[in-house]
Amino acid sequence: MDLQYTPEQDQLRESVERFVRDEYDFTRRRKLSATDTGHDEACWRQYADFGWLAIPFSEEEGGIGGDATDTGIVMEGVGRGLLLEPYLANVVLAGGMVSALGSAAQKAEWLQPMMTGERKLALAYAEPGARYDLAHCAATARRDGAGFVIDGRKSLVYGGAAAGVYVVVARTSGQPSDAGGLSAFLVDAGTPGLEVTPYALHDGQRAADLALTGVRVDAARLLGDEGKAFAALEKVVDQAIAALASEAVGAMAMLVDQTLEYLKTRQQFGRPIGTNQALQHRMVDMYIALDEARSMALYGALMLRESDPAARRKALSATKIEIDRTGRLVGQEAVQMHGGMGVTEELAIGHYFKRLSMIGVSFGDADFHLRRYAAAAA
Amino acid sequence: MELQLSPEEQAFEAEVRDFIATNLPDDIRDKVREDRHLGREDFMRWQQILGRQGWFVGAWPRVHGGQAWSAMQTIIFNRVAGELHCPELQVFGPAMVGPVLYTFGTPEQQAQHLPAIRDSSVWWCQGYSEPGAGSDLAALQTMAEDAGDHYLVNGQKIWTSFAHYADWMFCLVRTSREGRKQEGISFLLIDMKTPGVEVQPIRMMDGRHYLNAVFFNNVRVPKHNRIGEEGRGWTYAKFLLEHERVENANLRFITQELQKLRRVAAEPDGNGRRLLDDPLFMAKLSAVEVQFKALEIGLLRMLSDMHSGAPAGPGKSSFIKIRGTEIAQRITELLVQASGADAQRYQPGPLFGQGDSALIGPANALGPVATYLFCRAMTIYGGSTEVQKNIMAKHALGL
Repeated sequence: MDLQYTPEQDQLRESVERFVRDEYDFTRRRKLSATDTGHDEACWRQYADFGWLAIPFSEEEGGIGGDATDTGIVMEGVGRGLLLEPYLANVVLAGGMVSALGSAAQKAEWLQPMMTGERKLALAYAEPGARYDLAHCAATARRDGAGFVIDGRKSLVYGGAAAGVYVVVARTSGQPSDAGGLSAFLVDAGTPGLEVTPYALHDGQRAADLALTGVRVDAARLLGDEGKAFAALEKVVDQAIAALASEAVGAMAMLVDQTLEYLKTRQQFGRPIGTNQALQHRMVDMYIALDEARSMALYGALMLRESDPAARRKALSATKIEIDRTGRLVGQEAVQMHGGMGVTEELAIGHYFKRLSMIGVSFGDADFHLRRYAAAAA
Repeated sequence: MELQLSPEEQAFEAEVRDFIATNLPDDIRDKVREDRHLGREDFMRWQQILGRQGWFVGAWPRVHGGQAWSAMQTIIFNRVAGELHCPELQVFGPAMVGPVLYTFGTPEQQAQHLPAIRDSSVWWCQGYSEPGAGSDLAALQTMAEDAGDHYLVNGQKIWTSFAHYADWMFCLVRTSREGRKQEGISFLLIDMKTPGVEVQPIRMMDGRHYLNAVFFNNVRVPKHNRIGEEGRGWTYAKFLLEHERVENANLRFITQELQKLRRVAAEPDGNGRRLLDDPLFMAKLSAVEVQFKALEIGLLRMLSDMHSGAPAGPGKSSFIKIRGTEIAQRITELLVQASGADAQRYQPGPLFGQGDSALIGPANALGPVATYLFCRAMTIYGGSTEVQKNIMAKHALGL
């Protein structure tokens, strides 16, 4: 057993934190989130130059050969700075699907340009009414000559507003809630019949809904074997949970730091409010919650190596359950202890709180994962 | 990074599992499994079996007769001990006064006491709390008056676990009323057979007797039974607290009770329904189980940091104590719930081994309420949750 980061990982952490501190301050972020695209292309190119976009991909794929503990370091920085560029959407979600299912040729054409920052991808799997059921997929893809024709709707495609190519999950056989029969296709933005409706999320991130009407793709756009995409989708979503957990840790760490600072400086009744034991104990609860979140983010990242999918699912559900609990506690308490300032748009506190709240309802909330955990552990 | 146990650690785990399976007496295992009361003889018999293997003081340095177990080995031992229904080890000797003795004791004190702790032939108790000194321990008033070659001790201790079983007590006493209240405290070893020591039982709400009040009436304690310097007892007491980190996580107890909870939840009721299939119950069980995972990983992270030479971080042992006790309490609460209406029967016969009255109702339902009641003390003893939070607010957060 060894839970120490390597010197290389410490360097990565330093460089991520330096970037967030020196180049992505809160004022800049607020301006960015008000722009049309909601992110900065110059930053995205920097991430590519730093190598961040290539971290989890193998050297054969043109990547760096890191693992989830490495992407976790970047994601913690994403959480600290509330970075708006679609890192999770590209590197973990869509990139993860191409990496898991794609042929060497497909990876060369779509994954490598993503790593260099030239092409943005997004994963379109969720559908209206699916809640968090990954198998629920009413969108269909039927064979037509040498290719496929895709029809259906996709919702909450993270990074979907900026993507040039979508990894679209559609059903090639079976009923709308079967795990079997799901296939993944690469669909270019601009393909006739694909309608993209972009929008902002409460936390400033961007997403899109897709409507696909008779969208034609050729057979080279099928990722992996026809009808066999579910296992990869499930694993990629587990990877996203681990990554989000690290992002949540970054956001919680900032809230703990800023709230503690506020307790020491804000004066009421002639003394710092942090001299009140009621607030001290609640601050301790936040501090403990942050440490628990950190433990579970690390646990989730390490358990992605688990070869038994049931054990992996159980561990990632455990991670998400704890991230929701701790994120809610830290977020709500940070707002409360900042008083009126905590609910303003002006302070970063509310923005971290919003991100943590959205993480709570991403990829399954705590109740969903309590059920999945119990089912895996029964 | 690697979450899996190393080959050496796996081999150790297998060795522990094998040893316990072979050597834990059946009658003791059954008592633990059914939450029945353990007497002095039960504890001592098991601890002496471990003592002969060198495992009662596994974490001690080799030079003092220990096995130099790593913290990871201690964790492994506790986990397996929980799975296989071993009694809770009485930590007063091996994890508390032992390290104080081998760190600060004289060669004579070490020669007198360490062997008897190693082989568990002597039972130690801890004389800290007093009626006026609970959370504010340094306010203690038990006086040790200088009488030449000995002290004359007068005063009262309270909440003394198993003082009625104990041969010796390590005790904080006041040797001076000058200066800061912490500065007048000394650390004495007191033979419980000394004239003037009187132990009075305190009955607890679960019906058991494990706590006591201990009165000192002109008790003569030789000065060579003082640890270290006069007036520095507070320092030794704080050192001792630092040694409790792993114990604070309650790993053995939580492992054992979680296993029990799953076992009870898997039993079908009269209608063939199992709690294991009840989503409402399973949500609660799962929630506490994942919180235990966070505690376990947190503890491992802390030990991994310490192993690589980094400081544990202020307040970490408080955090582990807070969560280790809260999680244990939550599980005992769920065990009461899982036992249903059958949990209500108070059966001191089977529970405490008093008389030979037969068990009424399911065996699973005998212990949970008593255990639940007993475990309410966990967040009170050893520094209450509130005191732990005060410590963390001050030392970890600078508030």
